[in-house]
Amino acid sequence: MNAALAPNPTYTDMLIPHPLLGLRDSAEFVYLGDAKLLLRPNADSETAADEFHDYLHLRDNPAGLHKELWFHEYGDRSWLVVTRDTLTHEISDVQLARDVVIANSEQQNGQEHA
Amino acid sequence: MPDQTNRIHNGVLGETKPCQFIFNEQRFTGQTGDTLASALLANGQQLVARSFKYHRPRGIFSAGVEEPNALVTLRTGALTEPNTRATVVEMFDGLEAKSQNHIGPLSFDVMAINDYLSPFLSAGFYYKTFMWPKNFWEKLYEPAIRRAAGLGSLSMQEDPDTYDKGFLHADLLIIGTGPAGIAAALTAGRAGVRVIIADEDFLSGGRLNHEQLHIDEQPASEWAKTSMQELASMSNVRIMTRTTVYGSFDHGIFGALERATEHKLNSAGKPRQILWRIYAKRSLLCAGATERSIAFGNNDRPGIMLAGAVRTYLNRFGVSAGKQVALFTNNDNGWQTAIDLQKAGVEVSAIVDSRDIKPPFTLSDVPVYMNNQVVDTSGRLGLQSIKLASGETIQCDVLGVSGGWNPNVHLTCHQRGRPVWNNELSAFVPDDTMPASMLVAGAANGQLSLSEALLGGHEKALAVMDTLGVKHSSAPPAKSTTEESVTISAFWQVSGSSARSWIDLQNDVTTKDIAQAKKEGFQAVEHAKRYTTLGMATDQGKTSNVLGLAIMAELANQSIPQTGTTIFRPPYTPISIGALAGRSRGKHFRPTRLTPTHDWATKHNASFVESGMWMRAEWFVQDGESGWRDSVDREVRQTRESVGICDVTTLGKIDIQGRDAATFLDKVYANTFATLKPGKVRYGLMLREDGFVMDDGTTARLSDTHFLMTTTTANAVNVFRHLEFCRQCLWPELDVHCGSVTEQWAQVAIAGPNSRGLLESIVDKPFDISNESFPFMACAELTICDGTPARLFRISFSGELAYELAVPSRYGSSLMDKLMEAGKPFNVAPYGLEALGVMRIEKGHAAGNELNGQTTAGNIGLGRMVSQKKDCIGNVLSKRPGMNPDDSIALVGFMPVNPTDTFSAGAHFIAKQAEPTLANDEGWMSSVAFSPSLGCTIGLGFIKRGTERLGETVIAHSPLLKKDVEVNIVSPHFVDPEGERLRG
Repeated sequence: MNAALAPNPTYTDMLIPHPLLGLRDSAEFVYLGDAKLLLRPNADSETAADEFHDYLHLRDNPAGLHKELWFHEYGDRSWLVVTRDTLTHEISDVQLARDVVIANSEQQNGQEHA
Repeated sequence: MPDQTNRIHNGVLGETKPCQFIFNEQRFTGQTGDTLASALLANGQQLVARSFKYHRPRGIFSAGVEEPNALVTLRTGALTEPNTRATVVEMFDGLEAKSQNHIGPLSFDVMAINDYLSPFLSAGFYYKTFMWPKNFWEKLYEPAIRRAAGLGSLSMQEDPDTYDKGFLHADLLIIGTGPAGIAAALTAGRAGVRVIIADEDFLSGGRLNHEQLHIDEQPASEWAKTSMQELASMSNVRIMTRTTVYGSFDHGIFGALERATEHKLNSAGKPRQILWRIYAKRSLLCAGATERSIAFGNNDRPGIMLAGAVRTYLNRFGVSAGKQVALFTNNDNGWQTAIDLQKAGVEVSAIVDSRDIKPPFTLSDVPVYMNNQVVDTSGRLGLQSIKLASGETIQCDVLGVSGGWNPNVHLTCHQRGRPVWNNELSAFVPDDTMPASMLVAGAANGQLSLSEALLGGHEKALAVMDTLGVKHSSAPPAKSTTEESVTISAFWQVSGSSARSWIDLQNDVTTKDIAQAKKEGFQAVEHAKRYTTLGMATDQGKTSNVLGLAIMAELANQSIPQTGTTIFRPPYTPISIGALAGRSRGKHFRPTRLTPTHDWATKHNASFVESGMWMRAEWFVQDGESGWRDSVDREVRQTRESVGICDVTTLGKIDIQGRDAATFLDKVYANTFATLKPGKVRYGLMLREDGFVMDDGTTARLSDTHFLMTTTTANAVNVFRHLEFCRQCLWPELDVHCGSVTEQWAQVAIAGPNSRGLLESIVDKPFDISNESFPFMACAELTICDGTPARLFRISFSGELAYELAVPSRYGSSLMDKLMEAGKPFNVAPYGLEALGVMRIEKGHAAGNELNGQTTAGNIGLGRMVSQKKDCIGNVLSKRPGMNPDDSIALVGFMPVNPTDTFSAGAHFIAKQAEPTLANDEGWMSSVAFSPSLGCTIGLGFIKRGTERLGETVIAHSPLLKKDVEVNIVSPHFVDPEGERLRG
């Protein structure tokens, strides 16, 4: 994993509602960052180099609602997409990352077939 | 002096026992239920401290955690604890304390000269004075000033006490056991709610013990006692005394510190403090209020105290703070002190009220001065008299000051809540910006009277139960109470006094400092705080912040809300580092991982080295070896000449299974794995998405759908996390699963020309390990030693004919014994991490020093491994032009021109005769070892266009060692460059 991606343990006291396991202390998780990392570009694209550059280095850092990746390392090893308000730490939505990715690709396939 | 001359009665303490204690090497008597402060006052000890900067004599100012002056050092030797507040130190028999921050006796501190130098030590002095000559600041002024200014000092010995951590859950956390807290706990507790009620004090009741109040016709302290007894009888209520809720964090999580054994002479093996993490669905803050002072000339003398503190010492502890007490107030509440003192028979020499109103109370035989002010005081080591604006001088040894009360809103602000100004109370009260699950009641909410507090606590508890859906009855826990008057008229500072007027006693900040900060442009509160140090250090300005703010507002001609407040952050009161560390100290700071052969290695004289969390054997000492090099050189020779064995369990092992396992590996490795046949092993190179090398290792294909990946020891955790990311976040459609099996298998490298011979003696028949049936890079599942399951991999890190043999961890130690026994005819040697490193450098394998996160596949000579036929993590960005320049660095070997020369890793390469500048830098030496095989020092390193420059001579320049060595650029494969040995 990229050094810029390298997750650090978090010591913030927070509770994350895990979709499978219920409320879990944030100390059980490792934080990665912007959930945009789910959208890995296509390597065969003609502009792949630029797309990978943006994918890797341009992240959102909003003051407000933010979709971000958390890894339940000291738990069931699920990667989660957590929607967190960075101003209040209020967590409004949590999903398994794999569910999000599969839903995304189904939506995309649907559009291609339409 | 006779004992306890100022003890009038036992206060609310009832039955007490005497306690002998020592303060500044003098013996005193106090009693159980005292604080150190109340015991000192009972013994007439007014002078207890010296101030931070000017070394002014100081006395006890308050009766609680807000204390700015009376900081003392408790206990001796390794148990020494500096900067404790005497006002909250619970008395016990044998307590030892001493005052801080003075040279010579407390009553004659030679550093008091600073007081005369005060014109040079005003706000921000360290930015302006002592600037010349320049290097004198670092060498002379700063050390001298640091020595002179300060708080207590540490013992510099290891703390022998233990500290624990714990977790608690509650429906309702009530913070504070004053009237509001107890009322709320009774209402919620009786309804069956799971309640935790915590208070920093060792005696529950808060203000109910400090005042002459009545509830339902009984003394308030009695009501507190019986109410707490009722709460203690409820199984759904947990009472935590001596427990400070110090911080409010996200999602209803609170930090609390319990002082479990601090009130005892020794902790007798029990934890001294416990750091609790409390998860609460709802919280109710009932933290009360803190009295504040008024700024007037020389308002810092010993004997000048908060009026409420004078009352607390009298009513709770039965101690009169002095023989002749005067009062200075801007509110009705300050008068209560005079009333209580008079009732107890203590002389009240004056009441000075800044308000231009009729006296709110009638007191006989007490001179009353309305619309008047205290402008100055006298008495060097203790108050003797005060001077009024009207000219009178009044004799007194104590002056009680009341500038009004500040609600303790701190915990409502820890998540960026901002309190709002209430004009009627002249104080900040909580706003609705506090956390949604928090409510506030009583004085903390600006409801300063007893009846309001009791009702507020009850009503907020009902509100909590409504939101939790708990059924309840609504009878309040108290019916009738004493009426209290809390009328106040804001009054902050006495002008027209030429003497300095203190705002912040702890940091020696006066009204002049605030004025100066404003004059110099530091008018924003946060700037002024940092420039003057107002509100910093152990008390965090509990008695001074609002006063300072009000004076800033007056100077700027604006309102207090316009001026703003500084932010309250956790902790509410100081927390020792020991409590934060808990049990995670020394060896327990992080887990220690031991290999399955650790005990075996210990028995064989291994020396260990920390490698991440692992303890790894670095070498095995034999008789007659005089240093580590002797052992390492021997281990290398024995391995290269015959056979050596080494525990390599610490390499990360990841089990990868599924129909798409091969597809998955092709995506995470730069090279191809789909073509790998079952029963074979392949070296794998893993890139990060940015194209740099992440990790490497070998991966074995045990069956079509089953792979076993190894990672470097250091990256095992990161690689596993990364694989899970790839699997779940990038390619969830693949049928593949990963599991870490690092600790399930003990793995041993068996290396050297006789490794096959050694193995043959333990591998069960009919498995054939001849070169033909089990060639280089083969793998198999088999049994050894008559039926023990094992996995065998023919891989080599040393460059010799070598294998790695894995058995279930529990057999690791036996396997080593077996190999040593079977290896006797071959003169087998166990070797450690150091010999392993030497041999890999001799063979030219890249390791952690080379895979440092800044090198590419091309740099380490593996550029062609990055498959161009498939996408993988890092493939696209590894082709960036910037990562593939013409003068790219390449991994090569280095040998000294003069064979006896030595060099070390970290040296940089420059051309001969070149200046050692950044512009001339051509690369660096990454790994260095003495090679027993070549008889000289050898190195691996990166140098520009290295592979084209074999044979060239350059300088290895080490500024650190101040050493230049001529080295030749050579192939990185020092031993067996053709690889004949490992295939043999």
